[in-house]
Amino acid sequence: MAEVKPAARPLSPHLQIYRWSWTMAMSVAHRVTGTGLYLGTVLIAAWLVAAASGPAAFDTAQAIAGSFLGRLVLFLYSFSLIHHMCGGLRHFVWDMGKGYEPQTRMNMAKFTLVASVSLTVLVWIVVLVLR
Amino acid sequence: MLSNSSMRTPLGRVRGLGSAKSGTGHFWLQRVTAVSNLILTVIFIGIVIALVGRPYPAAIALLSNPCVAILMLLFILSACIHMRLGMQVIVEDYVQSEGAKVLAVMANTFFAIAVGAASVYAVLKLSFGG
Repeated sequence: MAEVKPAARPLSPHLQIYRWSWTMAMSVAHRVTGTGLYLGTVLIAAWLVAAASGPAAFDTAQAIAGSFLGRLVLFLYSFSLIHHMCGGLRHFVWDMGKGYEPQTRMNMAKFTLVASVSLTVLVWIVVLVLR
Repeated sequence: MLSNSSMRTPLGRVRGLGSAKSGTGHFWLQRVTAVSNLILTVIFIGIVIALVGRPYPAAIALLSNPCVAILMLLFILSACIHMRLGMQVIVEDYVQSEGAKVLAVMANTFFAIAVGAASVYAVLKLSFGG
């Protein structure tokens, strides 16, 4: 049978073609934070295993978590968690068939960022007050 | 990849085969675990805040409290299922080669189970006084 090369089929344009918008940025952020949370579960598991291993391992884990780098990672992790949670709420609205109007979409995307930043700062204020 | 030597168009090759029949299950489980994650994540953040500044014995006492331990186990289960489904979508979107895709989807499952098993083991060990 004769070899037939498939015709070069048109591909849909990818990310770099489009002008950035709030909805696009928050959609990308949802994936990025999701991936960050995915990788970060290794740290949660390590911390729990350290706690289960005894006082020495637990103190080491706490020291790492309390270091500058540790706190930076914890801050980013908490922000990712809260951002992904707010983004998820937006998806619930869409799943119910609502919130597809252009202005509503933009407002929800902006609200995702404002709410996640505010809630993350709030959580860290509570943490700093408690310690 | 499908063979390029066929005279048939890509559309012609797949027409009539139907879907993989598992998309709805994936979608729905992603939503179910999103709802449970919403509740359990708020609780998890609360538990972590309650642990801040606690010395070892007090931290262990809190983590081995039955209610806290059960909620932690539910959080781990829900989060691991959700993240496995989410990462599978990302892999299927971005990994082009069929072989690498199958391996990545499999590795994703192994990762989710390994992280979940380690976390569950640790919580149970703390709870049962190990």
